[in-house]
Amino acid sequence: MNVDVLFRKLMAAAQSDAPDDTVPYAFERRILARLKPRPVMDLWTCWARVLWRAAAPCLAIMALFSIWTLIASSLNTAPEPLGNQLENTLVAGLYSQGD
Amino acid sequence: METTDADCITAVLQGDVAGFETLVRKHQPRVFATVRRYARRESEVEDIVQDVFVKAFQKLDTYRSEAPFEHWLMRLTVRTCYDALRAHQRSRELSFADLTDKENRWLERFATNPSAADESAAAAKALVQRLLQQLSPASQLIITLLEIEERSVKEIAQLTGWSVPLVKVRAFRARAEMRKWLKKITPEKYL
Repeated sequence: MNVDVLFRKLMAAAQSDAPDDTVPYAFERRILARLKPRPVMDLWTCWARVLWRAAAPCLAIMALFSIWTLIASSLNTAPEPLGNQLENTLVAGLYSQGD
Repeated sequence: METTDADCITAVLQGDVAGFETLVRKHQPRVFATVRRYARRESEVEDIVQDVFVKAFQKLDTYRSEAPFEHWLMRLTVRTCYDALRAHQRSRELSFADLTDKENRWLERFATNPSAADESAAAAKALVQRLLQQLSPASQLIITLLEIEERSVKEIAQLTGWSVPLVKVRAFRARAEMRKWLKKITPEKYL
């Protein structure tokens, strides 16, 4: 058996077997139902999108700075309360007068 | 007056989704016929055709009017079919024992007298489909486009996005693969 001749014969069989081009009823509606409308962009929509997209990074930066501030303040020695500093300033004048 | 493809495309790109229905209705028969060469079950055919049109809608802004819309759509169809073949690749081995009685008889008729074996016989057509399903996805695609649809290497390169040398290499491998399977299903006494 000549395999090449068999191959040609089978290819001729495939060529004579033309595929059907019938379409199921209302198939185009099935396609349309799957499509999301293409967005039509206007300036305000673009601007709103940019703002929304920027909101998350801004929140993240704010959170990082807050954490940094908390850590930094807990590492530093506690400063003297403001009331004591004011009292010292007022009393310093009296002490110097007394001298 | 019939709306042209260009008019429909312009309308769709401006947001008129309904304009796409005209394109679908016009081109779906050809897409269905093409997909039916690669998928046998009708449910699979419908899914692939649906994928083709959804992709066409999503990529419509990449269509350049240098070539007719149908050519662009056919390229998309062939590539979607190739993706489907790769996704559903079967690893079942075919042997002589798997053939039906009609297919065996057709082969025996061919072996004794090649001209007596009718190529329009249902058995011959069924045999081709079995053999194509045994091939790798690339080989199945190449054999269908090159040998069955008789397209040129350049056309196949445009449809698939492969380079011309790659198409030639794949064609060579596909024919070798096909010969290998033909020898497997042929009874030894006839080889």
